[in-house]
Amino acid sequence: MDAFPSRWGKPRNENIDEHNTVPLHKTLPDNLTQTAYGPVTRTQQPLVTGTSVIALKYRDGIMMAADMLGSYGSLARFRDIERLMPVGDYTVVGASGDISDQQYIQHVLESLMVKEHCHDDGHVLGTPHIFEYLWRMMYNRRSKFNPLWNALVVGGVHKGDKFLGYVDLRGTTYKATTIATGFGAHLAQPILRKRVEGREDDLTEEEAIDIINDCMRVLFYRDARSMNKFQRATITAAGVNVTEPYGVDTNWGFAEKIRGYGA
Amino acid sequence: MTSIGTGYDLAVSTYSPDGRVFQVEYANKAVDNAGTAVGLRVKDGIVLAVEKLVQSKLLVPGANRRIQSADLHIGIASAGLIADGRHLVKRARDEAQSWRDIYRQPISGKTIADRLGQYVSAYTLYSSVRPFGCSTIVGAMNDEGVPSLYMIEPSGVYWGYHGCAVGKGKSVAKTEIEKLDLSNMTVREAVNQITRIIYTCHDEAKDKDFELELSWICAESRNKHQFVPEDIKQEAERLAKESLDEEMED
Repeated sequence: MDAFPSRWGKPRNENIDEHNTVPLHKTLPDNLTQTAYGPVTRTQQPLVTGTSVIALKYRDGIMMAADMLGSYGSLARFRDIERLMPVGDYTVVGASGDISDQQYIQHVLESLMVKEHCHDDGHVLGTPHIFEYLWRMMYNRRSKFNPLWNALVVGGVHKGDKFLGYVDLRGTTYKATTIATGFGAHLAQPILRKRVEGREDDLTEEEAIDIINDCMRVLFYRDARSMNKFQRATITAAGVNVTEPYGVDTNWGFAEKIRGYGA
Repeated sequence: MTSIGTGYDLAVSTYSPDGRVFQVEYANKAVDNAGTAVGLRVKDGIVLAVEKLVQSKLLVPGANRRIQSADLHIGIASAGLIADGRHLVKRARDEAQSWRDIYRQPISGKTIADRLGQYVSAYTLYSSVRPFGCSTIVGAMNDEGVPSLYMIEPSGVYWGYHGCAVGKGKSVAKTEIEKLDLSNMTVREAVNQITRIIYTCHDEAKDKDFELELSWICAESRNKHQFVPEDIKQEAERLAKESLDEEMED
């Protein structure tokens, strides 16, 4: 297998040293020993990806949801990926984007919590601290032209205050009452904003669950890379609770009326 | 009793004619002169306790910890040169983190004991370094809730134990430990027993003040190594003092 795209379509050269690769420009003519040239392109695309993560603030804390699909392009490849990662007792990080980068972030956060435990100084990393740490990590990777290809939602309760923030592969951050990544930003965010904004301290748990389910239903109808199997995480002052996977009811009856679909 | 090395004890790289490495034996002396540390492995967890001799009333209570964590599920107590103990804990933390980085899994008690044993024994091979002057008790709990307890001596030798003690009061402590039925004990009982043992070992005449450091790994601590909650510790200390008073009345 020839792993170097810049050599495809060209005649093979016997003198080539397979291990001498220079990432930036072509510095030697074809007959000499440079295997490949050109930009490093492996950093420019994610491989196995997760779709939207949605989250909102409600009366008792934060509610977040993400489906369990890991897509390999258009192939619905892994159907049990947990994209909501609890960190410590009061924070959940929801990840969309590249799954292997998500797993790496999970490892980094786990190791961070272990180090804090060993310090044994009475301090525990809270949601705003984890948010800041992730922001710096994402921005630094972007500045090295090797991003972690994710959009992360960080939600939790810290010292009685509800925290909800967004960090992405460019290191862009913002905090808001409602957050959605990927397709959710287009389809779910309007629903979230209409039903939550201004009322985050009054919204009950049942209402919040209803809003989340409605958004996930819309996303399943319209996002072609989504799945009707998702988890919902709730973070309150009492701690984190991630539900077992479940799905929402859908109505595909309209298909009958469309020529070419249905029976 | 003790024999002087006379020339064979200048470096740890030298044997004596009768096959002893004196520097390692001297390192053991450093351990024997220090405050007692005890570890108990019971049915559902691990308890570690240290008799922390208080050198000065100016020291903040609860500072200068002798028991430290090496990962979420590993607790380490040492007796002997405190700085050497801390160095070993630092190494244990690095080993535990490295295992997590490679295998994405917490390191087992057996493996970390082996790593520390190898590390300590490396310091008994070269004349340019001195052996560690501390004995380290390593308690760990794996994901299935199975506890393990190991103790590494200055020579690098380590064994797995149900109960072990090092330091000044180790002979008294070992006698007391042997009376206990550890495999059937719960962690709550073990906390009381270990406190009583530490109080029994403490020699009031020689060292006036001591602070008790008590830690555990059990289901109640969610399989994490943490210091025993204050109320449970105080109850254990109260019971220990009571039983000591009873013994004195006899």
